[in-house]
Amino acid sequence: MIVNTEIKKSFLASAWFMFLTFPIMVIKVNTVSDTIEWRWMNMVGVGVGAFFLSMLWRYLLVKKEMGGKKEKTDKPSLLQTVLGQRRFAIPALVILGIFTLVFPHLFSMYQTNIMISALIYVMLGLGLNIVVGLAGLLDLGYVAFFAVGAYSYALLNLHFGMTFWVGLPLGGLLAGCFGLILGYPVLRLRGDYLAIVTLGFGEIIRLVLENWNEFSYGPSGIANIPKPSLFGLDLSLDHKTIYLFYILVALVIFTIFVINRLQDSRIGRAWIALKDDEIACQAMGIDKAKTKLRAFALGATWAGMGGVIFAAKTTFINPASFTIWESVIILCTVVLGGMGSISGVIAGALLLILLPEYLRDFGEFRMITFGTVLVLMMVFRPGGIVENVRKTYTFKR
Amino acid sequence: MDFDYFTQLFFGGLTRGSIYALIALGYTMVYGIIQLINFAHGEIYMIGAFTGLIVSSVLTMMGMPTLGVIFMAAMAAVIYSSAYGYTMEKIAYKPLRNAPRLSALISAIGMSLFLQNYVLLAQTSDFLPFPSLIPDFEFWEPYAHVITSPELVILITTFVVMVLLTVLIKFTKIGKAMRATSQDQVMAALLGINVDRIISITFVVGSATAAIGGILIASHIGQINFYMGFIAGIKAFVAAVLGGIGSIPGAVLGSFILGWTESFFTGYISSDYEDVFAFIILVVILIFRPSGLLGKSETQKV
Repeated sequence: MIVNTEIKKSFLASAWFMFLTFPIMVIKVNTVSDTIEWRWMNMVGVGVGAFFLSMLWRYLLVKKEMGGKKEKTDKPSLLQTVLGQRRFAIPALVILGIFTLVFPHLFSMYQTNIMISALIYVMLGLGLNIVVGLAGLLDLGYVAFFAVGAYSYALLNLHFGMTFWVGLPLGGLLAGCFGLILGYPVLRLRGDYLAIVTLGFGEIIRLVLENWNEFSYGPSGIANIPKPSLFGLDLSLDHKTIYLFYILVALVIFTIFVINRLQDSRIGRAWIALKDDEIACQAMGIDKAKTKLRAFALGATWAGMGGVIFAAKTTFINPASFTIWESVIILCTVVLGGMGSISGVIAGALLLILLPEYLRDFGEFRMITFGTVLVLMMVFRPGGIVENVRKTYTFKR
Repeated sequence: MDFDYFTQLFFGGLTRGSIYALIALGYTMVYGIIQLINFAHGEIYMIGAFTGLIVSSVLTMMGMPTLGVIFMAAMAAVIYSSAYGYTMEKIAYKPLRNAPRLSALISAIGMSLFLQNYVLLAQTSDFLPFPSLIPDFEFWEPYAHVITSPELVILITTFVVMVLLTVLIKFTKIGKAMRATSQDQVMAALLGINVDRIISITFVVGSATAAIGGILIASHIGQINFYMGFIAGIKAFVAAVLGGIGSIPGAVLGSFILGWTESFFTGYISSDYEDVFAFIILVVILIFRPSGLLGKSETQKV
């Protein structure tokens, strides 16, 4: 009986989706030559796909409900328990370290370049993780700070000839200041309003960069941004890339170190507490505005540094690199990896940036997959790949 | 400053505002009932416009008279947008009814990405020309320099939709149930209201008004693109927040204010920063009046 009703439900779902996707999937109108293309095969595909997917969907939903009832405890996953033990963790870290050190020598320049962009996203993801994962402030305009960093390095270099090593802290600082300036008025807003205002702010920055020709050179952007130099040595392009790779690895390690320390510090605990209950937090004497502002500014600083490295890596920037979808991708890495968990965010960033690079044929489906992943993750595994395990204390008599 | 230019901008702003209002209503209704910013609402509007285009071109090629084409295209757009809105709610929002608001918002962003790229892949990334479905009326010729007949049609349609919506919410049983659900879901359920159904109906109604907006604006501007829903959706959201999200008259008021300011700003100052201006208004309003112009301020309970 159950099988029968399930099949019936799937049939209904399949029929519904065939109806739903009919005009957009099947009919393609060519308005220039006034012809219509009927693509009936798509409809068959949708029908069959919807039949099985709806079955899977319902199965997973039921399973999730059952799972939710059975275990309520925050048990760390297998991977986390294994890595939590010193005897596995240290060799694993050593192997990882050696692998990273020899990576640019083992693989081609092309691979190194891909890895550099992936690592930039790791940095951005970790920075956004402070804002979204720890403090629980949804920031949809994160890319604005990324842009501030990139443009401040590019412009400072263009006008004053500043080098990468001066630009890196300055870019981070400037982005942090922007975070403070923006954060001060808007952080009083509630969660979802904040998301929209930050989104608006991100768009404002992009539009200003695009239209203010005298300042930012408009849509044509700024070219010939130098890569970092090593004590004034003349390096070849390949060596410069490898050098940048190592700088980035060092920065990522630094970021991990800082965030790890922050998490257990007074501020970090205040962030996590604020995320859970603002009123209780204020009652405990935590300054809400100041604490949020710190998270916002720190996150922005990291985005700014990421921006400087991005500018140095591509040697050319224009406003088109800083659209809202960039913010969404960074948010995706945080959400997919697991909000608040460092290893999760790193895994998420590497996965989201490296996979589409290696599955080039799959490229056009990249964004649609991102969308699907966001929805599915939220429905079935809101905690992300590596769920953040919070310290819990049980009361024992 | 000559007066004709001013009235042109005035009515231009009014038309723009009414389109925003048609979209903003969906935002406000959904927010009022489940406190979710339906990020994908702009995409519903885009799908409405695409469906309208596809149906109208197919019917025109089959040789249907213009009036029939308009009617059928509008019907198809409304039906399909509503169906998309309904399905979207069932897939992306219903399983998250009790989850934190952040999760639902992220799911909504995912849905928006999905729908945009679905249309991009299934149709095209180019701009498609949209036939102007609304003809120039002859009797309106003397006034056409102030307000063109398509603009007039947009204004009248918006007005009719608003009246219908007000009637639906104020005087029908469904409307009463909607208001009850937005006040207190548990209590509404206890009193025998099918909350799930009411939420679905809200999505359907909101999507239908967005589809009407989509068709009207597409035939007014003359081209559509898979990306059109995003910026329109954001602006409509700005309008909804401006007026106080959750309040229906507020959404309409906010939309008109936004439409006028944009129209006058671009008309008298500069068109480069048109979108920047919309966002600046949003930020300023939210800072000084976080609950919007007509919104109720919410007291937080412990």
